[in-house]
Amino acid sequence: MTGLSQHLPALQVVVPMLSAPVIMLLRARGLAWAAATAASLLAFAIAIVLTLGVLDGQDYNYYMGSWPAPYGIELGVDAFSALVLLVVTGASALALLACRRSLDADIEAERQPLFYAAWLLALAGLAGILVSADAFNIFVFMEISSLASYVLIAGGPDRRALPAVFKYLIMGTIGATFYLIGIGLIYLMTGTLNLADMELRIHEVADQKPILVAAGFITIGLALKAAVFPLHVWLPNAYTYAPNAVTVFLAACSTKVSLYLLLRFDFFVFQTNLVEHDVQFSYFLMPLAVLAILVASGVALFERNLKRMLAYSSVAQIGYILLGASLLSLAGLTAGVLHIFNHALAKGTLFLAVACLATRCAGLRLDNISGAAQRMPWTMGAFVVAGLSLIGIPGTAGFVSKWTLISAALDEGVIGGALVAVIVLGSLMALVYIWRVVEAAYFSEREIDATSLREAPPALLTVTWVAALANLYFGLVPSVPIRLSSAAAEILLRHVP
Amino acid sequence: MTLLGLYHYWVFAVLLMIGFYAVIARLNLIKKLIGLFLFQSAVFLLYITMGKVDGGTAPIFQVGVENQIFSNPLPQVLILTAIVVGISTMALGLGIVVRIKEEYGSIEEHEIQEIDQQ
Repeated sequence: MTGLSQHLPALQVVVPMLSAPVIMLLRARGLAWAAATAASLLAFAIAIVLTLGVLDGQDYNYYMGSWPAPYGIELGVDAFSALVLLVVTGASALALLACRRSLDADIEAERQPLFYAAWLLALAGLAGILVSADAFNIFVFMEISSLASYVLIAGGPDRRALPAVFKYLIMGTIGATFYLIGIGLIYLMTGTLNLADMELRIHEVADQKPILVAAGFITIGLALKAAVFPLHVWLPNAYTYAPNAVTVFLAACSTKVSLYLLLRFDFFVFQTNLVEHDVQFSYFLMPLAVLAILVASGVALFERNLKRMLAYSSVAQIGYILLGASLLSLAGLTAGVLHIFNHALAKGTLFLAVACLATRCAGLRLDNISGAAQRMPWTMGAFVVAGLSLIGIPGTAGFVSKWTLISAALDEGVIGGALVAVIVLGSLMALVYIWRVVEAAYFSEREIDATSLREAPPALLTVTWVAALANLYFGLVPSVPIRLSSAAAEILLRHVP
Repeated sequence: MTLLGLYHYWVFAVLLMIGFYAVIARLNLIKKLIGLFLFQSAVFLLYITMGKVDGGTAPIFQVGVENQIFSNPLPQVLILTAIVVGISTMALGLGIVVRIKEEYGSIEEHEIQEIDQQ
């Protein structure tokens, strides 16, 4: 590695972070959007280059200011972080490319530069969590991304977003503070903040109470941030009342990044050192994952607001990811990590299609979109493709991860059979709630005359279809995400290849 | 003796729980935020406590003075960052409360819920 490619892990964070203050100053119309999109696309390009490098077998380790690892701050990119980086930067780039008109409608012109600056800070924070290998640095990046996303969610015209974001702020801060207590206790016992170093040194003190307490605080704090059932109560309202573009961005990645951190901490730092931590992790999270799949899908069945329905569906999908992880096997972790990628793809596309509908329909309740398919065939077509991917129909990305998850569960014997039943039942419920939307859009008559209803703006529609086709592509040619996620699972379980 | 000797950790735990209780039990949004800030401040105390060395001073090296004992400066530096994070959160939270007051005319959680359900 020479020249620029060596600095890519740092640039992944620096590019969006330094673009933010510049964008704040761009007052001319449309300029802030253009600059934010360009910075976001650049970040996406960096993530692609990093992923290709990781696939080639390169290790990216970067020492800030050239201070060696346990003393200085280390950045590192491996298969796991590369996969989630792709999701985060891709979602940001697609949402910005697609939603200019939608954001123009939601955010007043003079506040737009500030809004786009907050967007890039959220992106920088999320990317920072993924590249950083230092526990305290991760906390700071987590708070940067959280504070910026509170601003993004509250930025829309809907006043109900304000109480929703206040709840998110309270719960998010409690989660982050729990995490802070956890790493404080670990630092107290080991004297290090570097994750790899922590993993080595924690072994000597692993039987001491503060470490156990720290493991509990970190797991619960991150579960709160990741909206693990029953700590998900902040999520539905925050997603529902946020501006549509923000929902596309955050639904695809903010909880995924917390899940990434949860898995990395619990498997990389604690699993190998703490006695019976794996059993406790599995016994604690598997019932929660099952409940998340069943309860959240059940709520989604009866929800009449489209965005809130998809938000509850997200809570259920987080359940699938955790279910894979709590199997503790290589196949299970591969399925969980793969589902992070595939669910982001499906849910991002669904929310893009919702953004399309929102540009033309009066509201986003099922009554508002009845008969919409006649006037907006392309939008609803993309919605159906992504919906099939969410359900897990063969030929779509969702099928690949559901299939790997089911085959991983079948390896587990009797309990695996029960888990397969849960997964199938969850998928059937997804079929029903997606069908309710399809039924409303395709098969019900429109009561009000809707001459104003027409196809969504071309930019938005094109990006939505690019994302929908990506669902099909990764369903038919899933080799790259599967390679990355099985490499990630090997890193987490320490099966060094 | 050990119980009393660890009294700073008791202060941390009690302060943490007082803050947490206020966040959960109060309906007034400002009081919730005060509880949240108390909750975070307790963690600041945890960090500062763990860096303290008996008889230690500020870690500034003086020429000619031998056998100096220094307190660990790293937790203090970390917590300086965390204080900044806490203040930003507080500022943003208060900003949101101001906006809620403008839109709903109330800062009581149950009143806001009633208005939303209408």
